[in-house]
This record gives sequence, C-alpha cells and structure tokens, in this order.
Amino acid sequence: MDSPFSKAEIERYSRHLIIPEFGMAGQKKLKAAKVLVVGSGGLGSPLLQYLAAAGVGTIGIVDYDVVDDSNLQRQVLFGVESVGKSKVEEARRRIISLNPHIDVRTYNTLLSSENALDILQDYDVVADGTDNFPTRYLVNDACVLLDKPNVYASIFRFDGQVSVFNYVDENGERGPNYRDLFPTPPPPGLVPSCAEGGVIGVLPGIIGSLQALEVIKVITGVGEPLSGRLFTFDALSFQMRTLKLRRDPNNPLNGEHPTLTELIDYVQFCGVPHEEKEFEAGLEVAEISVSDFKNIQDQNTDYQLIDVREPHEFEIVNLEGELIPLSKIEQYVDNISTEKPVIVHCRSGVRSAKAIKKLQLLKSFPNIYNLKGGILAYAKEVDSSLPVY
Amino acid sequence: MSYIQIPTPLRKFTQNQASFETNAQTVGQSLHELVTQYPDLGKHLHDAAQKLKPFIRVYLGEEDIQYLQAEATPVPENAVISIIPAIAGG
Repeated sequence: MDSPFSKAEIERYSRHLIIPEFGMAGQKKLKAAKVLVVGSGGLGSPLLQYLAAAGVGTIGIVDYDVVDDSNLQRQVLFGVESVGKSKVEEARRRIISLNPHIDVRTYNTLLSSENALDILQDYDVVADGTDNFPTRYLVNDACVLLDKPNVYASIFRFDGQVSVFNYVDENGERGPNYRDLFPTPPPPGLVPSCAEGGVIGVLPGIIGSLQALEVIKVITGVGEPLSGRLFTFDALSFQMRTLKLRRDPNNPLNGEHPTLTELIDYVQFCGVPHEEKEFEAGLEVAEISVSDFKNIQDQNTDYQLIDVREPHEFEIVNLEGELIPLSKIEQYVDNISTEKPVIVHCRSGVRSAKAIKKLQLLKSFPNIYNLKGGILAYAKEVDSSLPVY
Repeated sequence: MSYIQIPTPLRKFTQNQASFETNAQTVGQSLHELVTQYPDLGKHLHDAAQKLKPFIRVYLGEEDIQYLQAEATPVPENAVISIIPAIAGG
C-alpha cells in the first residue's frame, strides 16, 4: 500500500481520516506541511499542542524566553518543572510526547530583522503568537516579502482577535495583511502587554485554538480560511463579530505604490526609541536604589513613600506606602512633602518616573526619588518573602 | 437608538462602560457624543486634525466605515458601531 503513514499514524489520525471532506488527502497535506509558530506563550500553548496532535509534519518554534511562574496561569504547555528552563525546549519536549511522528525545530532566539527571513523561508505557513507590536509588524512584513500566509491572533485582558493575512485563494486573489488593518502601531504605553495589563488565563486557550484551526484550514484547503475577515471575541459579554477586511491601496508593502521592499527597524517603527529619547530629554528624575532605600528604612529617617500603582496591585503586594495611582497623582500634589525625602515607586519604575515628572511640572520637589526597579527590584534584592507579579 | 461597543483597552476611559447608547444620525456624530461624555477617550481615537488614529478601526456592523462614507456614514436604528483597537498580547 502506497501511504506515507505507518499503522500507528493511521490509527492516531483515524478521527480525521473518517471525515469525508478531510480524509487521507487532508492528513497527507498536514504531514507534508511546515509551520512556524512565533512565540510559545499563551497563544503558542494551544497552537503548538493542537498542531502537533493533528499531525503537522514539521513544526518550528521561535522564542527566546524562559518559563516563569507567572506564565503557568495560561501557558499550559509548561508545568512547575519547566520554570527557569528554555521555552522552546520545554515546548519541544511536550509536543514530541504528544506526537512522536513529527519533526520539531527550535529557534531559541529573538526574531529580528536580521534573522527573520532566514528562519521563515523554510516554512509554508507562519502563525503569529507574539506579544508585542514590533514583532507583529516584523512577522507580517517578512510573510509578505516571502509570500507566506500569516495566521494571526492576539489577545488583551478579555479581548481576542484572529485573522489570516496574506492568503492567496484558489483564484489567485491575495487577501489583506496586518498593515491593511493597522497601518501604524499605537504609541508605546497606550496598549499594555499581557505582562503589564494582564490577561484572563483561558482566553489564549480559546483564541490560540481558533488560530490552530485556521492553520489547519490553510494547509488542507478545507473550509474557508479567515482571510479578508477579522474575528473578534469579547469574553466579558461573549460577543463575537466577524468583520470585513480589505486591502488598502496605500499599504507600503503591497499597495498600489509599494515603498517597503525589505525589513526595517521595527523597534524604531513602533516608537520605542522615541519614547526613550522623550524620556531622557524630559525632566530629570533622580533615582534611588532599593538597597539605599532599605538603608533609609533601617535608619528610621523620616521619609514619605508613595505607591503610584492601582489598588488591585497594592492588594497583591505593597511596601506600606501611601497609595496614589498615577492617574490621580496631580490631584494629590499638596499631600506630597517638599521637605523630607519622598520615594515614589510602582511595579518596575516606569510609572513612578512619570508620576515624578507630572509632580515636578506642578511644583518644585527638591528631595523626590524614583525607586529604581520598583517593587520588583525590592522583592528581588531586599525582601525575597514578597511575591512578584 | 444605536450602540457603540467599547473594547477592553479603552474602557479605562469610559469608566469601564462596555457599551454606549446614542441617537446620533451619523457615525461621526455618535463618536462625538461618546467623547463628549468621556473626554479622555477622545485623544486616543482622533489626532489633532480630528482624523481617526491609524491603530483604531471603526466598524458599522461588519463594514469598516473607511469603505462606507467614513464618519459621515448614516447610522440605522439598532446598529452596532464597533471600535477595534490594535492589541498585541500573546
């Protein structure tokens, strides 16, 4: 019998094989397919497991991170024993145990303009499960330049989005890409990452599973891939919408007058250096290290500690400071001492620096300091009994 | 009456309201009513020239208003206007 499948594989895939519109033809396409999953986090967890279980023959995984305790609430690829280990290696171990009949290639690196084309070129389909705007534009542009479909999904708190970009249908019609949907990214800081803004743990499970479904549809040709459409899901109200997407004639990659013919500096494109420059060029913010702050605490010096995080963060862990969220800091300017040392902190030191700038625009504070590294640094270097989040 | 759906990332500017009711005749007027009630939202939807920002899409039903009559698009009774922001979490 002329079959690429062993007896064990036929038995494993039998529930696919008995679907008339999927059958042996669909399963053969899956086995022959090479899929690159960019990001092995929340979306990557269901995506990798379902693609492996379904029998995608070659799966590449790109991620540079290691597994952290805070990942386990949603990244169900990993267990407690994975903490501190390379995500791509732990992901490989897990999906090979799910299906030993597949080839898994790992790239323990940050996807960049320098390596993206080399890594992506070996694959038929790319699935974007990254967690930041620069990498999303990088993956999109590389897919368009290399003529690969990009199965996209993203999440934030309770919202999810799914689409299939740069897909060429059976009539040769090319669908829209990410730049047709969002020509430019939001300014840094407006849309927080999951690490900053949080995400309900089951959401990447739902959205990443839909992403896996679309990868399988693109490979097999079964059904209608979500090309030219954007699926949105609001987990709070359980509202789902499927919105129309069109190609934008002004798209710089493949619109009427393309200007982008190679990959660019995506960190700069997404405004990150600009924000840093603005930060550096603005008012000076004096800093205090967590060890120097501990000395002040130990010496019983009179000082004022301001915590500019949100009340729900204060509830997780706090240093017994006065809680004045960043958004309200200006209203409380007169409650902040201009005489004794004032130490302002947040989670990592970014919001507290902004708070100090806002205060300094209103009044002179000669003795105000930003706690460098925030409560995270304090928990790491001074008091390891404090939880980090 | 029609409804504007507010996505999660922008609800911090609408006192966590997920939906906004409006009787306005066009999409632009509906958005104007919304940002009049929640002024902090305005600077995240429009630039200085009052153009929608490029990382925000506005839909009437399933259609992007950019491919209808932009903010002059008439709003039928019970229509749903969706604000779709760029999100990047994974």
